[in-house]
Amino acid sequence: MATGAKLIADIKEKSFGEEALFDGLRFEVPAGQVVALIGPSGVGKSTLLRMIGGIDPDYEGDILIDDLVPADAEVPGFVFQDPRLLPWETALGNLLAVKPDLADDEGRQLLVNVGLDAAENLRPGELSGGMQRRVALARALAVSSRLLLLDEPFVSIDRKLARELQALVASVVDRLGLTVLLVTHDPYDAAVLADRVITLRGRPVRVVDDMALDTPRAARNADHVAAIVSELDRGMRE
Amino acid sequence: MAGSRTPKRQGKIGLEWFSILLLLALWQVISMLVQHRLFPSPIVVFIEVYDLAREGLLFPDLAKTLSRAAAAFVVAMVAGIVIGSVLGRFRSLDGLFGNWVLIGLNIPAIVVAITFYIWFGLTEFALIIAVVVNKAPLVSVAMREGVRDLDYGLSELAHVYRVSFWQRVQKFIVPQLMPYVLTAARTGLSLIWKIVLVFEVLGSDGGVGFRIGLFFQHFDMKGILAYTVAFMAVVILFEYGVLRRLEHRVLGWRPAQS
Repeated sequence: MATGAKLIADIKEKSFGEEALFDGLRFEVPAGQVVALIGPSGVGKSTLLRMIGGIDPDYEGDILIDDLVPADAEVPGFVFQDPRLLPWETALGNLLAVKPDLADDEGRQLLVNVGLDAAENLRPGELSGGMQRRVALARALAVSSRLLLLDEPFVSIDRKLARELQALVASVVDRLGLTVLLVTHDPYDAAVLADRVITLRGRPVRVVDDMALDTPRAARNADHVAAIVSELDRGMRE
Repeated sequence: MAGSRTPKRQGKIGLEWFSILLLLALWQVISMLVQHRLFPSPIVVFIEVYDLAREGLLFPDLAKTLSRAAAAFVVAMVAGIVIGSVLGRFRSLDGLFGNWVLIGLNIPAIVVAITFYIWFGLTEFALIIAVVVNKAPLVSVAMREGVRDLDYGLSELAHVYRVSFWQRVQKFIVPQLMPYVLTAARTGLSLIWKIVLVFEVLGSDGGVGFRIGLFFQHFDMKGILAYTVAFMAVVILFEYGVLRRLEHRVLGWRPAQS
């Protein structure tokens, strides 16, 4: 089993214009832990994920992935809110577009692993919304990173599909032992997937709660999840 | 799938060819009604095409015009793509040179042709450069829009996965720009055909425009239409044989194209 990456985020300052978005925000994610960052829409969760992913380097402070800054660390697997597939490429082509040295067989296997057995030659326009999201997840796994960054991956899809994808992510993460940072505004996503939930709120953003979920993911039943959701809801409101 | 022809697509192509036959039929009917030597029927014109070809005039003239058009097309596309991409990418340069493109777009073709003929003489070079100056601004405007419309989300995707420069160009950027390139190519070609002919009438030593200019001096409508028909046949063959195939191959992924 692969071991996930260790992540340290210590943001001294990050501003948009005159407004300070982050002004002293720190948290650590041990290797192999699945951490959900939850908070209301617009609080800055996605911005934080983009900073960790190396998309937004405009901040003061340190983000270290296995003691390396994002630009020097290994390429993370990144799943955006929208599938963000290249419409002119096939499902397999979308994997190869970000990982050109990926062997075709490996790519096919990744697609099979996310439940796309016969979709390698289909283009995004020929795939359902759920299948597109599966391709986006396979693409994130294609780079063989030990860090998986998920930015609201279950937003704007129906509940049934969201549950299927959550189960898929959980099985992949458990199998590969990845470190995962999941950004979501929905406590349910966190309750189903996370080992630990960090609640963000305010301006500048601060950590208002940091809760470890003791019951292992696989052992959580509907009652466990409902209880966690209730507690997270309360934490977000307080 | 790209390359295969669905019954629906075959039907559309059939309809398009039928429309050409319909146009010829309409021409024939009107010519029979008009009954005048200045409005020859398509049959008479096709016979004239055959005669001109047999006399050895038609194909050398066509070849001359097509080679000029091809040279001007390639140079104009390359220049327009480079200029448009730079202007689309750098706002400050667009601010500085945007008006040059605007002037290039609107300056009358005839002015450009005459100016270059005066400066460089009635040469092949002057003709081709005059066509390029007329056409390149059109391409650059299309490309500028294409570069401005590049999907920022895909740029972020390429950034986060650290996709190499050439991979970005090949897999992320060029496919997004291809619709603009093809639109510029199609509109540009139709413009170039016309401009080359006008410039050949103004001053050249051969070509379709040159020959039509000679026919005009004798009010020889049969000859004018014979050259026009031959030229249009080449244009239509190019449209179906090259442009459509290329478009289907490159843009086959778009729902409207499948």
